Amino acid sequence: MNRHVKNVTPETTDLSRRSFLVGSAAAGLVLGYAGLPGIGEALAAPSNFEPSVWYAIAPDGLVTVTCGKADMGQHIASTMAQIVAEELGAKWSDMRVNLASNDPKFNDPVLGAQITGGSWSTMMNFEAMSRAGAAGRMALTEGAAAAMGVPAAELVVRDSMIVHPKSKKQMSFADIVKSGKATKTFTPDELKAIKLKTPDQYTMIGVSVPQLDIPSKTNGTAKYGIDVMLPGMAYGAVVTPPVRFGATVKSVDDSAAKKVPGFIKAVTLDDKTGTTSGWVVAVAGTYANAKKAAQALKIAYDGGPNAKVSSESLLEEAKRLQKLEDSGQFFVKDGDPAAAFGSAARVVEAEYTTSINIHAPLEPMNATAEFKGDILHIYSGNQFATRSGAIAAGAAGIDPKFVVMHQMWLGGGFGRRLDADMMIPAVQAAKAIGKPVKVIYTRENDMTMDFSRPLTYQKVKAGVDGDGKLVALSHDVVSAWPTQRWGIPDFLTPSVDKKGPLDSFTVNGADFFYTVPNHYVRAIKNEMAHNATPSGQLRSVAPGWTFWAVESMIDEIAAATGKDPAQFRISLLDGAGKNDGGAQRLRNTLLAAMGLSGYGSRQLPKGEGMGVACVSSQERATASWTACVAHVAVAPSGEVTVKKLTVATDVGTQVHPDNIRAQVEGAALWGLSLAMYEKATLKDGGIEQTNFDSYTPLRMSQMPEVAIAVIANGEKATGVGEPAVTVVAPAIGNAIFKASGARVRALPITAEAVKASMKA
Amino acid sequence: MSVDAANDSPLLWAIREQLQMTGTKFGCGAGLCGACTVHVNGEAVRSCQTMVGDVAGKKITTIEGLSAKGDHPLQKAWVAEQVPQCGYCQSGQIMQAASLLSKNPNPSKEEVVAHMDGNLCRCMTYSRIQKAIMRAASEMRTASATSNERRPT
Repeated sequence: MNRHVKNVTPETTDLSRRSFLVGSAAAGLVLGYAGLPGIGEALAAPSNFEPSVWYAIAPDGLVTVTCGKADMGQHIASTMAQIVAEELGAKWSDMRVNLASNDPKFNDPVLGAQITGGSWSTMMNFEAMSRAGAAGRMALTEGAAAAMGVPAAELVVRDSMIVHPKSKKQMSFADIVKSGKATKTFTPDELKAIKLKTPDQYTMIGVSVPQLDIPSKTNGTAKYGIDVMLPGMAYGAVVTPPVRFGATVKSVDDSAAKKVPGFIKAVTLDDKTGTTSGWVVAVAGTYANAKKAAQALKIAYDGGPNAKVSSESLLEEAKRLQKLEDSGQFFVKDGDPAAAFGSAARVVEAEYTTSINIHAPLEPMNATAEFKGDILHIYSGNQFATRSGAIAAGAAGIDPKFVVMHQMWLGGGFGRRLDADMMIPAVQAAKAIGKPVKVIYTRENDMTMDFSRPLTYQKVKAGVDGDGKLVALSHDVVSAWPTQRWGIPDFLTPSVDKKGPLDSFTVNGADFFYTVPNHYVRAIKNEMAHNATPSGQLRSVAPGWTFWAVESMIDEIAAATGKDPAQFRISLLDGAGKNDGGAQRLRNTLLAAMGLSGYGSRQLPKGEGMGVACVSSQERATASWTACVAHVAVAPSGEVTVKKLTVATDVGTQVHPDNIRAQVEGAALWGLSLAMYEKATLKDGGIEQTNFDSYTPLRMSQMPEVAIAVIANGEKATGVGEPAVTVVAPAIGNAIFKASGARVRALPITAEAVKASMKA
Repeated sequence: MSVDAANDSPLLWAIREQLQMTGTKFGCGAGLCGACTVHVNGEAVRSCQTMVGDVAGKKITTIEGLSAKGDHPLQKAWVAEQVPQCGYCQSGQIMQAASLLSKNPNPSKEEVVAHMDGNLCRCMTYSRIQKAIMRAASEMRTASATSNERRPT
């Protein structure tokens, strides 16, 4: 599916070399399918009928789907159930969901690991869930045929019932499971051979069924990691150093902490996984007292090598690296840009930057650890069970096969919960005191120790020929390398200049669908940023910055050559060569957004303007074609009001139309929030923003009008959680230019920058 | 229910840990996000900023106690509009909204925004929150479940 992500098997990771499976030999679960239960097992009613590892049907007819993806609000568990239910023929009110443990049998069938991100979940699990559902339907049908004494081919399956129209006999799924007659098994080849429904036969896919998790999220019963309660549990509050990474603890004086009621112990972390540095966890009987004890600890630090690093020095270093001829590795190298620039009639150059950004999911990071016999149990909402289990094992000094991860609902993920830092204090505190420990970050811990979106610096240069045609584009991207930090070689991409692997999750998107004959993209690792601000994957990852540069630059070229920016894009989306297919879909999406917004057909008052952008996020191989028209008003002071965002997205096939709209709207507003309101800064090695007073995501009063058009043209389902994040900032920047003539090149956009550019 | 807790400890943690009612959430510990909103004598307060000693003997209502069966008009509207994504902030959003509707059964959009602006939703479900509040307000005014149709989003 994605050329940058091959099957990631535990064998290929440093930390997870061994099997994660606990207590069972589940070899041969290719694509996650277990053989169907033998007759003896099935006859032992009332046992469940488990046609695949992905779901079980209980004797009462309830179908429980086990979701191997982290559910952080994208309702992916419900979506998996919906895809299963379509082929199984189950009634929606019979469907239930369950969150998978880290047992490898629940690994993603395409990725070969338990990881949730990339807007990959629906596209990569659609087929496996469909086949699981279909296999169950076939087994139930055969069982019903045997029980009724009629040919299976004459049976009709619908709403959890199997009906024989000729004889008017019928059995419910519950009846068949209770009868023990559903015994058919499938080999992987037989599963592959199952003929799935065609879209015209769908009765569930494309229907906005009520999301299964929503009722529990309106009455306080949904359980998140922070809600885990274990008997005899203690609480841990972490004390993190003033430096984001690289500090060490010189001494801990707990004499004052000892006076806090219920104080148990202060544990200095010994983190051999390299995830944290210089952390201490204060453990007490309640969280309030753990916090009091944490505040009472007197800790002396050695600030380490990054103690003087600042946002300014990171940017300076990025600029220095970009200027070096031999920096970085090539992600794209088409034609001969150097020669093309030599003969270009006109060259346009610009630098684009983005600030450090913080995930700040509303549920602060937390984890609960319990040692029970040989097994370490971890309770936490996490996006990367495969790696996080290994990190937890590393913190405990045990083999990863002895770790069981209990997945919880995630109170926001956005990429933050791909990491496992929160497990380390929980594990080491639990080990130190011999009791289960729940560690909860304060918001201050959560903000200052985020695996943030890295500060980025991009230099883009465009060459235009005498006819105004774009003939050359060079694009240097300098950033920390968040995905390389994982230490999993299969997540890296070979460079086209064979200078070793690069982190394509820093340059994805720069390999756009515009036809530019001479084009290069260089990925340059900012080692200083990589070390001082260990970065993570923040909702939309690289396309969140690469399209900021590309889509701003396309606008700048259009302006320099006197063309309408939307028409200029359409001319570049000609579908030539490798861009065939994608370019046309992106063009159509752009046209849809233009039409829906009234782009070019409406007279706007002075000081207002519409700007366009279109993107192929997240990756070339997994793109959801997305376009945005932003309508802004710019005051003479430089203050920008975003009046309306019109977003069109081509997702191929809609599983749940209402959820797609919810995700696209949330993503677009994330894009707006990152474009206008969110900025983190580094000073003396530490993140300066500590809470929602200084790091300020969008609030209700800052909501513009949002209009969304979803295009479902019958192609395969693509992802929707992230792409719309990436299209908004450049659309706003381009709208500001239309409205005021001011060109902004730094995110977040400030009134000062707009005003300064207006004067210039 | 009663708890035995230090006067200077936050109400939030007494509710969550001692009463083990975890519907009320911890978000920022500084009164900046609204995730911990509960009612004290009917008024919405941030339980992370409210000390146990200050509410002794007062009536505390959490999301678990807003309605007997999770069927307060706001909760029903939250389901009807399919508001929650991650859902973590939504207990606080609902409790905050309930304190508005108890005093103002017919709020304008501006009044809703002004009342709700202190409640962060990191998934940015704000437009659905607004719609759900308007739906619940309308339902409470007519006091009958007339329509279950969803408005287009």
